[in-house]
Amino acid sequence: MLTLPIYLDNNATTPLDPRVLEAMMPYMTNMFGNAASRNHPFGWQAEEAVDYAREQIAALINCSPKEIIFTSGATESDNLAIKGVFEMYASKGNHIITVTTEHKAVLDTCKHIEKLGGKVTYLPVNAEGLIDLKQLEEAITDKTILISVMFGNNEVGVIQPIREISAIAKKNGILFFTDATQAVGKIPVDVEADGIDLMAFSAHKMYGPKGVGALYVRRKNPRVKVTAQMDGGGHERGMRSGTLNVPGIVGLGKAAEIAKQDMESDTKRIIAMRDRLEKELLTLEESYVNGSTEHRLPHVSNISFKYVEGEGLMMGVKDLAVSSGSACTSASLEPSYVLKALGLSDDLAHSSLRFGLSRFTTDEEVDYAIDHVKEAVTKLRELSPLWEMFKEGIDLDTIEWAEH
Amino acid sequence: MAYSDKVIDHYSNPRNVGTLDKSKNNVGTGLVGAPECGDVMRLQIEVDENQVITDAKFKTFGCGSAIASSSLATEWLKGKTVDEALAIDNMDIVEELALPPVKIHCSVLAEDAIKTAINDYRIKNGLPALELPKSHH
Repeated sequence: MLTLPIYLDNNATTPLDPRVLEAMMPYMTNMFGNAASRNHPFGWQAEEAVDYAREQIAALINCSPKEIIFTSGATESDNLAIKGVFEMYASKGNHIITVTTEHKAVLDTCKHIEKLGGKVTYLPVNAEGLIDLKQLEEAITDKTILISVMFGNNEVGVIQPIREISAIAKKNGILFFTDATQAVGKIPVDVEADGIDLMAFSAHKMYGPKGVGALYVRRKNPRVKVTAQMDGGGHERGMRSGTLNVPGIVGLGKAAEIAKQDMESDTKRIIAMRDRLEKELLTLEESYVNGSTEHRLPHVSNISFKYVEGEGLMMGVKDLAVSSGSACTSASLEPSYVLKALGLSDDLAHSSLRFGLSRFTTDEEVDYAIDHVKEAVTKLRELSPLWEMFKEGIDLDTIEWAEH
Repeated sequence: MAYSDKVIDHYSNPRNVGTLDKSKNNVGTGLVGAPECGDVMRLQIEVDENQVITDAKFKTFGCGSAIASSSLATEWLKGKTVDEALAIDNMDIVEELALPPVKIHCSVLAEDAIKTAINDYRIKNGLPALELPKSHH
C-alpha cells in the first residue's frame, strides 16, 4: 500500500529508525540522569550510556571513543571546528582554504572568520563538482592553518578526493577538516585511512534524532585542539560545555551501530533504486544529471529538466517530497549556488530536482516517482514557451529577454 | 508554500494553452520575462475588425502562480476590446488568485505580457506604440 506523499528528501533529514527510537526511549523516561552527576546511579547510568554511544560511533568511523565531541548537530560542529581552530592556532597563521560548494554552515562561518581578520580562499569546482588538487596546493601559504572540504555534497552528492586532499594537508603541516554530514553512515568513512583531523556529522541524516551531532577531533598524530565556542562546565574535554543530550547521544550511537551493520546491504539496494530512477528519468529528452556520477553518494540524484521551471515542477510533483534547485520564494529568485558553482546556467539550475533516497524507500515508491515526474515534466513542457521554441529549433541564447 | 484553490485550479486545468499564428496581422504577441529569472510568459491575442479580442492563448515557463496568472489573463481578455484589455491591472490578478506578496511579480509579468501583446498588435496595424510603464521590479 503506497502512502502519499512519498518522502524523497533524505538529504534534508531522514526518518528515525524504529530501532533507534527504541534504544532512546528509556533515557527519555526513567533513566533521565545527568551524565555529569558523579554521586548517584542516575548519573552513572547516563554516563555509561554516553560512553557506549561513543564506542558505537568510534567503531563506525574508526577512531578512539575519546575523540568524539558531542554537539547539537553538524552546524555547531562546523562552527566549532573552524572557529575553534582559527582561535587555537592563531599564532601559526590565519588562512583557511575551503570550497565554493560547501554547506552554508561552513561558508558563513568562513565569512565570519574573514570579518575577524582571517583570510579565506574559496576553491572553485569543475563541472563534475570536484576540486582541482593542483589549485588546492597552489592556494596554500605559510599562513594556512586549515583546509576545510566536505566529504559528500548535500545537493548533488559529489564525493571529493578526501585521501588526496588530506595527503596534501599533511605534507604541508596543515589541519584537515571535513563536513561529512551526508557521508557518515552512508559510505565507509575511516578517519585513519582517510587522514582526517576534524570531522563534523549529524544524527538525523543517518536515521537518528534531530538536535545531536558530533565533532571528531584527532588526539594523536597530530594532537588537535579547538578553542571552545561556549563557556560553561567544561564538558567534552573542555571543548563543548553544556549538559549532554543523553537520549540524543544514545540515538546517534545506535544509528551509527545500525549504519555499520547494514551499510553494505542498504547501499546495494539504494544504489539499484537510485540508478533505476535516474535511468528512467533520463529517457525524458533534455534531462541531465548534475555532478559526477562516478564519485557520488549512493542515495542522491540531482537532475535538471530543461525548459521546465523548478517550482512549477515541484507543484506538479506534489505527491513527492523532493527539493528544487530553484529558490523562487523570494523576489531575488536565486538559483542554487552549488549548481551555479558547477557551471550550470541559471535556467538549468532553476529546472532541477534533487532526489534523496533512504533505507526505507521502496521499489514501489520509486516506480510511482518515475511515473509522476515523467507526467509532470511532459505536461509542463506542453505549457512551456521555451520548449516550443526549442522544438522549433530556435536558439534561446539569441533572444533578447526583457530583464525584470 | 500553500497555494490558493484558484491557483491550483488554473495550474491543474490551464485555460487557453496554445499558440496563435504570430505572422497574422490581427495577432499580437507578448513574450516577457527571462529564463534565468525563472519566468517566461508568452501571451497572444487575436483581434477582430471591431477591436474585440476574439481569442487569447498563452504558454508559460514558471511557477504555479505564473502559470495561473497568465491562464487567468487569457480568460479575462477574451471578449474585451483592446482598450478594455489595457485597463487590466496586475492587482486585479493578485486579488482574484489570492497571490501572496512574494508572488506579486507573477501578476506584474502577466500585465506586462498583455500590454506587450497589445503593442505588438498596434505596431503591426500602423498604430503608434503605447508607452509601457516600466515594470515594477
